[in-house]
Amino acid sequence: MRFKFVRSGLVSVLALAASIGIAEAKSDVVVAMQLEPPHLDPTSAAAGAIDSVLYSNVFEGLTRFGPDGTVNPGLAESWTISEDGKSYTFKLNEGVKFHDGTDMTAEDVKFSLDRARADDSANAQKALFAGIDTVEAVDPLTVKVTLKEANSNFLFNMAWGDAVIVAPETIADIKTNPVGTGAFKFSDWVQGDKIELERNPDYWGTPAKLDNVTFKFISDPTAAFASVMAEDVNAFVGFPAPENLPQFEADPRFQVLVGSTEGETILAMNNKLPPLDNPLVRSAIAHAINRQAIIDGAMFGYGTPIGTHFAPHNPDYVDLTGMSQYDPELAKKLLAEAGFADGFETTLKLPPPSYARRGGEIIASQLRAIGIETEITNLEWAQWLEQVFKGKDYGLTIVSHTEPMDIGIYARPDYYFQYDNPDFQALFADITSENDPQKRSALLKQAQEKIAGDHVNAYLFQLAFPTVADARIKGLWKNQPTQATDLTGVSWED
Amino acid sequence: MKGLLHNRSTLPGALLTVVFAGAALISLFWVPYDTTVLNIADRMKLPSLAHPFGTDQFGRDILSMLMVGARTSIAVALVAVGIGMLAGVPLGLAAAARKGSLPDEIIMRTNDLVFAFPSLLIAVMITAVFGASALNAIIAIGIFNIPVFARLTRGAALTLWSREYVMAARVAGKGAARISLEHILPNVTNLLIVQGTIQFSLGILAEAGLSYVGLGAQPPTASWGRMLADSQTMISLAPHLAIFPGMAILLTVLGLNLLGDGLRDLLDPKLRRART
Repeated sequence: MRFKFVRSGLVSVLALAASIGIAEAKSDVVVAMQLEPPHLDPTSAAAGAIDSVLYSNVFEGLTRFGPDGTVNPGLAESWTISEDGKSYTFKLNEGVKFHDGTDMTAEDVKFSLDRARADDSANAQKALFAGIDTVEAVDPLTVKVTLKEANSNFLFNMAWGDAVIVAPETIADIKTNPVGTGAFKFSDWVQGDKIELERNPDYWGTPAKLDNVTFKFISDPTAAFASVMAEDVNAFVGFPAPENLPQFEADPRFQVLVGSTEGETILAMNNKLPPLDNPLVRSAIAHAINRQAIIDGAMFGYGTPIGTHFAPHNPDYVDLTGMSQYDPELAKKLLAEAGFADGFETTLKLPPPSYARRGGEIIASQLRAIGIETEITNLEWAQWLEQVFKGKDYGLTIVSHTEPMDIGIYARPDYYFQYDNPDFQALFADITSENDPQKRSALLKQAQEKIAGDHVNAYLFQLAFPTVADARIKGLWKNQPTQATDLTGVSWED
Repeated sequence: MKGLLHNRSTLPGALLTVVFAGAALISLFWVPYDTTVLNIADRMKLPSLAHPFGTDQFGRDILSMLMVGARTSIAVALVAVGIGMLAGVPLGLAAAARKGSLPDEIIMRTNDLVFAFPSLLIAVMITAVFGASALNAIIAIGIFNIPVFARLTRGAALTLWSREYVMAARVAGKGAARISLEHILPNVTNLLIVQGTIQFSLGILAEAGLSYVGLGAQPPTASWGRMLADSQTMISLAPHLAIFPGMAILLTVLGLNLLGDGLRDLLDPKLRRART
């Protein structure tokens, strides 16, 4: 009896060992990030968290961003552009199916683009589609898009998460049940906790290597640190506490990727609120700020100083930090010239990320040195969107603009920093219609100089994008050319 | 005074309280370093002669931060206890003087209502609606002190109302208000002092808790709770950033509780009689 018990115990131990052996060949991954999407429709919200989960994984566009920011073919296998640059004929890939089994055809493309540019469209980036005149479905695999005028950015625009192709049959429930064409299918969303995706067995392109993907949402930096340390999550994209990165780097269990982003982190100023409507005052603020102190103090050294609203890794970037170099004496002089020799008081409203909260304390101290007193208010994201972004009820705020190539926001007078300058608007119109790469590059540089010279905002640094992951995971994106966590090429090392 | 020193817990309690009250007082006139000036180059330095408790993540002197933080804590807790006493004691006296009447019922049931809510939750609600600031933290904590003092005063006053000297005063024709002020209040003062000390330490804890979740004093005003919150991701990097404010909260609350215990032993007539 006793012998039998021991033997059966042995068997179960062996079975356990075998099951561990099987579990070793991993095909699942748990990826954590800070922000949870408010809903799951990338075509009707500005929240970047939606794209961080769904872009390329579930939804695809005609074109797509590669890990290095280049624009590659997506659902469109190839395209031809007419002589005058006004009409684009896209040839779609064959055999593309939505996750509900229906075919993706030219009609779906027409539906998606028409929906995004409609008057009642809720798309957060309607400017991407503004230049489209007509969309025609020539045959099931051919789409012809005619523009009002030539737009050298069109293929780039079509790669955005806001321009993904959706199906008319499933659009009603897209916010809770997204149906796309990607290598992963949406499977479950436990609100406040996680979103689960599973491999799409009928994917038209190279299938994903992972079977299941779980996105966990952990907003608290301390909990983020603990979850990675305890290996509860396999990767944390956009790790929120830069001070912990050296510790992960020293630990052989982990790999740390510090990539670049499209996130221009700025001290935004309300250009219509006195005294910030005075360019001299804005210039004084820009000169009062010591960028390196902010990068060191708030980001523990991770970040590249910028002098304008443009990503430093872009070939057209010009380093304009010299136009707002740290010079408190000059700042005081400029303030006096503007008639505020004794300084003034304004508000500084800060969203949750540590770059804003810590950066805000540092900036408040730097502004105090030239006589500007700031009243700091810490806001949650929803409050920030309501008060600052929509309500424009603020003096100063700190935020990172993570959309790619978004200098065009300065041509929108109703944008939250309320910069209304006809010269810039004309300049930006020229950029949009210019097709010659060299002339375009020159115009882009001119635009960067224009906003830096007007000191629309104080430009702080380009946000770094730290990813901490299990050392055995391969294929994660290092950089963030757009907000995305593309897992289609991710796998475990054998 | 002799009795105060006889009690073993009173002296360390009083000493701790004096140290923190003293630090807060001194900070009104002088701190080693200005806590509103950041010096990033000097951040996270270990304790040294120049900075006895080291520097924080922005290069501020932690000793100076703790001194200013003590001022914030004491100011918030003191005013909150003051609100509680000023509103709660008269309510308690009035309720006792009219025992069983409608006003008594209204006062005491309203107290029960406030008491039934988790205090920190309501404090979070108040600061969420009216904005996070030291003033709103004071109001939130103060409101929760009102029923504490009202109940205590009513309970103690009720037993006094049946005493012979109070009877005598009533027979002599004194009104309820005068009796409450002249005969009842002086005899509940001891209890109020003891309770006040305890509420004061709870107030310091509540302020630290609210600041920790970002609803108390806003930067650049230094606050112990926020110092803890800001340093928690750096605890493996620079533990002294969290240890010193944590110790400050612990020792202050410990000191006040020991002092409160000692005062109760000294002031409570029953315990006093037992001792002699």
